[in-house]
Amino acid sequence: MAGKLIATPGQTVGPFFALGLDRPEWADLTRQSPQGQRIVIAGQVRDGDGAPVPDAVIELWQANAAGRYDHVEDTQAGKPIDPQFHGYGRAATDAQGRFKITTIKPGPVPGRGNALQAPHINVAFFARGLLRQLHTRIYFADEPANTGDPLLSSIEDEGVRKTLLARPEGAGIYRFDFVLQGNDETAFLDL
Amino acid sequence: MAEPPAYARHRPDTQPPYLYPDYASTVKRSPTRPLIRFEHTLSEITGPSFASGWAGAAATDLTRQHKGEPLGERIIVTGRILDEDGRPVPHTLVELWQCNAAGRYHHPVDQHDAPLDPNFTGAGQAITDGEGRYRFITIKPGAYPWRNSPNAWRPAHLHFGVFGGGFVTRLITQMYFPGDPLLPYDPIYQSTADAAARTRLIAAYDPDLSEPEWALGYAFDMVLRGREATPFEGRD
Ligand SMILES: [Fe+3]
Repeated sequence: MAGKLIATPGQTVGPFFALGLDRPEWADLTRQSPQGQRIVIAGQVRDGDGAPVPDAVIELWQANAAGRYDHVEDTQAGKPIDPQFHGYGRAATDAQGRFKITTIKPGPVPGRGNALQAPHINVAFFARGLLRQLHTRIYFADEPANTGDPLLSSIEDEGVRKTLLARPEGAGIYRFDFVLQGNDETAFLDL
Repeated sequence: MAEPPAYARHRPDTQPPYLYPDYASTVKRSPTRPLIRFEHTLSEITGPSFASGWAGAAATDLTRQHKGEPLGERIIVTGRILDEDGRPVPHTLVELWQCNAAGRYHHPVDQHDAPLDPNFTGAGQAITDGEGRYRFITIKPGAYPWRNSPNAWRPAHLHFGVFGGGFVTRLITQMYFPGDPLLPYDPIYQSTADAAARTRLIAAYDPDLSEPEWALGYAFDMVLRGREATPFEGRD
């Protein structure tokens, strides 16, 4: 049950968020040389007309290469914290709606019950025209652990499930598009 | 590891919808498929920590970022970041951006025919203290026109971003000023159906926060999602 105060409503980031939120260095989560396989995730954001969205900001939260979050409530035994990896990143889209993130591939993390979650990156997505954030996840299409992942397995429509998979496009390069409406509409989460 | 306690879902109508046609840009940018409901795991209840200072130095006085002082009404904006149970959120990042007193952003996309102020950028950041408190000194932003509908004007506002304890507590919002005559006409403000929730977006003028002969004081608390259960305190 929710508490005694009402939470503050979200309001759009608007078109000028770069003034406060643009930290180009935060798009590179490897800037402190963490452990793990270096990867690049690049893609485009498109709206309901298929037009590029030049004013979106993508925020990432992920575990380190061992599958440990840098957070006080992650008390997993036997998975070390990487002092060179905080796990948070942010990238804004350019005039063509494109973004690029450099990071390391996260390890698997526990789910509810005894489930194991396949490696994934958590996303909070903001844009002009969005009154509050959308949540989704980036999984990796070439990851064998996907078959046992609770979220992916819960999505029956294969076309929808595929929208959560970053496609390998060469060594360590992945493609992930955010499609806000239409046939390839990204699966967004109610968290 | 024990099952982590989830964050509480928002009460109905206390957050804006994704599709709100009065705000025209939502029409082509809001999802059309139902969102997939997913119960929180470690991925959702953890989130970035800022206590170590990695996000950079605090910038809480927006009136002293240039050679001269910016034009406009000097204001102090201060408050606490709380969860829905009223517990303060310490050591979290608060980001602020805004236009100048004339209603113009220091941003290339802003073509509003109002002057830029060479002494005002309009960006700041703070880390909350142990009691969840933040404090900025800035100038009151102006209203500005936008193309949502003919002759539409945004009420004066500050843009705020806050993190909180988990990735799902992330909040980006706007703070408005009490008594602004534009609020009834602003679809972004009006998009939240619940009146009590909407009122959370309006700062309170507080004479005790004003500093004599110098600046007007406004109080603005931001409330983030709380926990479903409070495992460390038991039930009452
Ligand atoms: Fe604005």
